[in-house]
Amino acid sequence: MFEHFDALVLARFQFAFTVSAHIIFPAFSIGTASYLFVLEALWLKTKDKTYLELFDFWKTIFAVAFGMGVVSGIVMSYQFGTNWAVFSDKAGPVIGPLMGYEVLTAFFLEAGFLGVMLFGLKRVGPGLHFLATGMVALGTLISATWILAVNSWMQTPTGFAINENGQFIPVDWWAVIFNPSFPYRLVHMVLAAYLTTAFVVGAVGAWHLLKRTAPLRAYTMFSMAMWMAAIVAPLQILAGDAHGLNTLEHQPAKVMAMEGHFDSHPNGAPLILFGIPNQAEKRVDYAVEIPKLSSLILKHGLDEPLAGLDTIPEDKQPPVAIVFWSFRLMVGIGFAMLGIGMWSLLCRYRGTLDSNVWLHRVAVAMGPAGFAAVLAGWVTTEVGRQPFTIYGHVLTAESHSPIAAPAVATSLIAFIVVYFFVFGAGTFYLLRLMARLPRDPSPELMEGPIRARGITPGPAHGGTHGH
Amino acid sequence: MVIDLAFIWAAIIAFAVLAYVVMDGFDLGVGILFALFPDKKDRDVMMNSVAPVWDGNETWLVLGGGGLLAVFPLAYATILPALYMPLIAMLLGLIFRGVAFEYRWRTKRWERVWDVAFAGGSLVAGFCQGIALGALVQGIPVVDRAYAGGWWDWLTPFSVATGIALLIGYTLLGSTWLVMKTEGELAARARRLAMQLAFATVAAMGVFSLWTPWQRPLYLDRWFGFPTAIFSVIVPLLVLGCLYLIVRGLRTGRDAQPFLAALGLFILGYAGIGISFYPYIVPTSLTIWDAAAPPASLSFLLVGALVLVPIILAYTAYAYWVFRGKVRHGEGYH
Repeated sequence: MFEHFDALVLARFQFAFTVSAHIIFPAFSIGTASYLFVLEALWLKTKDKTYLELFDFWKTIFAVAFGMGVVSGIVMSYQFGTNWAVFSDKAGPVIGPLMGYEVLTAFFLEAGFLGVMLFGLKRVGPGLHFLATGMVALGTLISATWILAVNSWMQTPTGFAINENGQFIPVDWWAVIFNPSFPYRLVHMVLAAYLTTAFVVGAVGAWHLLKRTAPLRAYTMFSMAMWMAAIVAPLQILAGDAHGLNTLEHQPAKVMAMEGHFDSHPNGAPLILFGIPNQAEKRVDYAVEIPKLSSLILKHGLDEPLAGLDTIPEDKQPPVAIVFWSFRLMVGIGFAMLGIGMWSLLCRYRGTLDSNVWLHRVAVAMGPAGFAAVLAGWVTTEVGRQPFTIYGHVLTAESHSPIAAPAVATSLIAFIVVYFFVFGAGTFYLLRLMARLPRDPSPELMEGPIRARGITPGPAHGGTHGH
Repeated sequence: MVIDLAFIWAAIIAFAVLAYVVMDGFDLGVGILFALFPDKKDRDVMMNSVAPVWDGNETWLVLGGGGLLAVFPLAYATILPALYMPLIAMLLGLIFRGVAFEYRWRTKRWERVWDVAFAGGSLVAGFCQGIALGALVQGIPVVDRAYAGGWWDWLTPFSVATGIALLIGYTLLGSTWLVMKTEGELAARARRLAMQLAFATVAAMGVFSLWTPWQRPLYLDRWFGFPTAIFSVIVPLLVLGCLYLIVRGLRTGRDAQPFLAALGLFILGYAGIGISFYPYIVPTSLTIWDAAAPPASLSFLLVGALVLVPIILAYTAYAYWVFRGKVRHGEGYH
């Protein structure tokens, strides 16, 4: 199957596959951890049992997704060394300590308090339990901060020198961490995680509203999710725009690929809505474009000049078609999310948020939209910074391990098979957990997921357990 | 006085790896023992006894890997390609056993599938870790800052024997953990197993000790040359002491003692390996100073490690404390 590829291409496939599979879970668990924190806070404040039931409902879902995130994340922490040894040797002194801090400040925090959060309410009481939930939520955000600092440094490296072994040496840690693209990327990704969760929660709420299974709980979660959509989607579009301008400043070739600008436009560049990028001929076929709009968006002036890929050497250009399309997918989903958020505000104003069947149907359909947008966004930024691993300094083609192609092919096939099996099963269980009734804690009603509750001990399963 | 940052970091990484081996060791051991406890209720209890802590245990593996990248990047960049196949297999094993903690409770029809995934994943992960250890001990060639061997070099009789030895050790940790954390018939069976596994572990350590010195001239010198040969006398005596404590704890019903003494066996074995190849981090190609990152990297992360590792140990201890005592049927959040 892979005999025509060399080790480099296989290693790139493998990284793209494993990191794409991984990012799905943190994108969901960052938002869900914060959501659980809010639900528990609302329960403690109002003593309204609805919030506690929703907390329990989402807690089990979080646990499954978090477990998948942990195991796929461990793979990532070894992937750098197994497949990208040259990169690791060179960049390790800079990115290694940042990842070390991620482990020390985030992973241990999450892991240490996750057990208490999932199993421990009876043992520690509500106060400490709430602290544990808070620590897990905080851990997911700290983790995002460090790993995005790492990624951003690879995109816009600053604060380093290069030693006689070709290693990157930290000179100014502040400049390494707060590199030019980091604040933008961090905000954009955390908002993306919140939106992803909001649309999953919204879809589950809408599903149960349509099924009329548990109207009160379903409405509560649907309403909370739609508030998030209405508030965060516009913020995300602003953040994305700011991130784009930052990219234009530091990685112009990426923006050229996103825009499909093969040629420079000295008198205002058009915004290409759709078209088929043709990298060989250096043009966009069948382009549908709005004159001068790209210059307006990127330079805030209709006639501002905008350079194109003709200013970039061919061997330093990213693959245009992938970046062009993934960017459009991400933006399209972003605006669809904005549309749903606004629609929900209208329904809320009219008092039909709990009864507008079409809003509920569309919300169900939009459930996975956040994941698609997150993946499309990461494809845009990662493919767009090619052909470099450390932008402007280290080529991807110079970064991989001296491993024979058959070894990389074997492990790639193994990862693909295992991930589809394991994460496919996990997705199935997640969907089943989401489809169960968000109200009834009795274990007799539902196979599997709810045996004994963490909050109040459920009846012993099957009635034969000794105590 | 010049502070030797590379040495301090070698000590911290060594501690992280040891913490991983003993902590994930017992929960991998519990997973492997699934194969010997077919009863569903026993398995429920076994899994629940480690469910609240396994994730934290495995985080030490990430610290070992991430820490190596941070402070000994050249070691990370040469050891991982050298151990490519066993490490990938270990990761896949960890995936199967990790998800089994949640999946197993989500289905009736496929419960057996995830039981097999839990036991099989634990077995593969443990075996591959042992192979990786053996392959490291037998040495990794490095030329021009890159691994210079083939992708099957790790596979030798010695590394396979190390893999088996580690599996025996992990099942000892797992069975003594069950002695400590469970009761009734399950604990009684675990006690009988622990007794056999204690002797098997010490025998495996003996084989490993007789075999290791012949892997590299350096080890031979360390084992039989002065002053390190002193340890060659002391360590075996301490091993026998731990064996005595395990047996005595099992016989007298002091349920925590066998587990703690089994941890002692692991610490002794680990110290023995450390003495064998210090100061090499990639035996016998790179010393800790060859592989160390520049001082700016070492000191930056050291500040965090010195502050955070004690805090981590404190809340990890707290998490264990919250879930102290015997695990009973029907407990857990599932």
